[in-house]
Amino acid sequence: MERVIEKIRGYKIWGIILLLGFLVSYPWIFTDPHPRHVMIILLMYVVLGQAWNILGGYSGQISLGNHIFFALGAYTSTMLLLKVGLPPWIGVVPGAILASIAAIFIGQICFDLRGHYFAIGTLGLAEITYIIFLNWNFVNRAFGFQIPILKNSTYYVQWANKEPYFYIILTMAVLVVAFVWKMDKSTLGVYLKAIKEDEERAKSLGIDSRRYKLLAFVISAVITSFTGTFYAQYILYIDPDSLLNLEFALLIIIIPMVGGMGTVLGPILGATLLIPLAEYARTAFGGGGRGVHILIYGLVIVLLALYEPRGLIGIVKRRFGKTFMLYGDDSAPLFGEGDKS
Amino acid sequence: MISFQLLLQSSISGLLIGGIYALVAVGLSLIFGLMNIVNFAHGDYLMLAMYATFWANYLLGWDPLVTLPFVLFIWFFAGAVTYKVVIRRILDAPMVAQMFSTFGLGLFLRYGAYFFWSADVRKVNDNLLSGILDIGNIYITKAELVAFFGSFAATALLFLFIKRTKLGKAIQATSQNKEAAMEMGIYTDKVNAIGWGIGIMCVGLGGVLLATYYPVHIYSGWMFTLISYISVALGGFGSFWGVYLGGMMIGVIENVFGTVFVPTFKMVFVYATFIFILIYRPKGLFGKF
Amino acid sequence: MSVLNIHGLTKSFGGLIAIDEVDITVKQGEIVGLIGPNGSGKTTLFNCVTGLYQTDKGKIMFKNEDIIGFSPYKIAQKGIARTFQLARVFHDLTLFQNMVLARNHLGENFLRTPTKSFDQLLCDLVDYWLEFVGLTRLRNELAGEVSYGQQKLLEFAMILIPDPELILLDEPTSGVNPVMINKIMSLIRKLHDQGKTMFIIEHNMKVVMNLCERVYVLDHGKKICEGTSAEVQCDGKVIEAYFGY
Repeated sequence: MERVIEKIRGYKIWGIILLLGFLVSYPWIFTDPHPRHVMIILLMYVVLGQAWNILGGYSGQISLGNHIFFALGAYTSTMLLLKVGLPPWIGVVPGAILASIAAIFIGQICFDLRGHYFAIGTLGLAEITYIIFLNWNFVNRAFGFQIPILKNSTYYVQWANKEPYFYIILTMAVLVVAFVWKMDKSTLGVYLKAIKEDEERAKSLGIDSRRYKLLAFVISAVITSFTGTFYAQYILYIDPDSLLNLEFALLIIIIPMVGGMGTVLGPILGATLLIPLAEYARTAFGGGGRGVHILIYGLVIVLLALYEPRGLIGIVKRRFGKTFMLYGDDSAPLFGEGDKS
Repeated sequence: MISFQLLLQSSISGLLIGGIYALVAVGLSLIFGLMNIVNFAHGDYLMLAMYATFWANYLLGWDPLVTLPFVLFIWFFAGAVTYKVVIRRILDAPMVAQMFSTFGLGLFLRYGAYFFWSADVRKVNDNLLSGILDIGNIYITKAELVAFFGSFAATALLFLFIKRTKLGKAIQATSQNKEAAMEMGIYTDKVNAIGWGIGIMCVGLGGVLLATYYPVHIYSGWMFTLISYISVALGGFGSFWGVYLGGMMIGVIENVFGTVFVPTFKMVFVYATFIFILIYRPKGLFGKF
Repeated sequence: MSVLNIHGLTKSFGGLIAIDEVDITVKQGEIVGLIGPNGSGKTTLFNCVTGLYQTDKGKIMFKNEDIIGFSPYKIAQKGIARTFQLARVFHDLTLFQNMVLARNHLGENFLRTPTKSFDQLLCDLVDYWLEFVGLTRLRNELAGEVSYGQQKLLEFAMILIPDPELILLDEPTSGVNPVMINKIMSLIRKLHDQGKTMFIIEHNMKVVMNLCERVYVLDHGKKICEGTSAEVQCDGKVIEAYFGY
């Protein structure tokens, strides 16, 4: 039996190499803009989903306001670009700082709330932000900003074809997944899981749960704001309606929810299932299909809630059991004695 | 400066629509009280009731008041069926699963409606209740007034039902302590189903009444879920008339601030009120927990 | 030297007075018992000491510092450890991870935590205490999958990791079989021999008699008796509180 497990572990490493190989060569395999675009969006949601996962999946605070950070990142880098000529490579930093401050602010206000109270609290704040942006001249109200097309300027983070965008978002996705994997097995991961399961008990053991939740929230916000800047440079147009709408907030949380909250693979599985699904629904149903993918999402979520609340990961777990641990679950340590990482 | 007249007018309009918010919120708190589940799809049932009213009016020429009894009947069953098919299975599931289920349900209903009926805003025309009343320079549409009294009457009836009838007392008992209720011989499962039925029926009623003067469109569902949730939070979980008052207050806040400031800003104050309560008075004004 | 000095503590819930002007002292190295009928306020008292409840009146002095008003995590960091009546461990984590959580968090620099691995010192400490309670072989099992008795032992081991100055045990022998009761009793004795200070809520009189040097008795939130376990057993008020006559 041990040998079988060793074999599967061996395959697992090859699996990752193959997957990465496939992803890296994706733009060479699929040369049309459309499949490239879909993949870029997919990877973007992997990043967004993982970022959300850090707070929502691991520490149990369900945030419906992460898109605020996305917007902050996008608007900050874009406005600095348009008004001061600051290249977005640098513009991401102020965006991230702003997002961190926002996260601390929101966290301090809302962290005493748990479960659905926190969710609706963050949603309320998000809606307030949306309305403010819609009416605020400084951010150009509902008109938003259009970034002038420069056709291939690496300095200003713009390219005519999709390849560079693809590799940037791919790098981000790999980095974020690696980070969450490391965090899952680290002290922070253990603390957050404890806080999620029984925060009062964690506090009784001496853990300053508020600090750790804030940390998770800030990390989540920073990653999300980076993605916002990326998006702005990719689409070249931002406005409150596309960045601060409710559907976007829902999508950010649906992906890790469906895939499996609090796991490393969850958001990846979730995005891999749901984004292509949306694309297929869109093309299959033509014009009226704009909302169909969410309709299907709704159904998927309900079915999962009834039969497998742990998400797709739960289904994988059930099917393959302990021998196929693809993520840092310490009940069947994967890379040697998993505890001393 | 805003004239007193304008302030009064918007307050009254707010109170009138607040009555409907209140009715819907009472439905939400009934469900929550019984099984500790927040129905994220609550407002979407309302949205569907509004659409039902619209289509009956548009295609069949029915006045909303004619559609009303049908909606009450069907919505009651919709609630009970939702309970039996979906909710019952997640009663003991982790909170996350409970959130997902009604959340997903709401998405399903909302975008199902979107798929069939698109995002165009509809309005119900030619109904018995058109016409405006002028009471001392305050303008109230007949529809608003009837809607308000209708929802008040419904809430009062519901209150009497809960307090006076045997079934109502069973509902109270189950809300307070499920195990004890079961030991007393109450079929809590049936009670839950009826609770859902009544809760959704309230929503249906609210929807029909609202459709007599309020624009009908997809996203109104989610907005009403939020508003009813906020009303319950403001009034306080566990207090029937507290929740009703909460709904009325939200109606006033929304309307008055919408008139005093830019209309698009009005929800900011509702949300701000909500967050304020959550932090400083999580029990709400009259709540018991 | 008194480790814990509770003075005039009062706590009420709404109109109901749960703890009424209670004075308690626990000296270093002692094992002190807290008994009383159900609902007399024992766990509530513990909750006040550990900061889970706010108090109305009174002082709680821990090593000459008034800890009223401090957040639970701060109180834990100061050196007060506590178990719960129903063993509270983290089911989704392994025994090892549970133990790691219980480490001494004083002065933790959370900026370094994301990549901080579990250092050798901590691992040794974990292994030592797991050995102490006899759970070494279950080290990598999920806490949710071991028996309740083992969870109680785990909770016991967890609170010992940060080397606490005061240990509050809430009914350490409830809900487990007689063999386990004896085991836990012997563990408590061993800790006593090591000089640890313990304050124990118990219902099991045999345990109280065997372990506790002094005992406090609560009834309806009031302290009705204190003394050695022998004295307390014969006290008329105590008998009346428990048996109603």
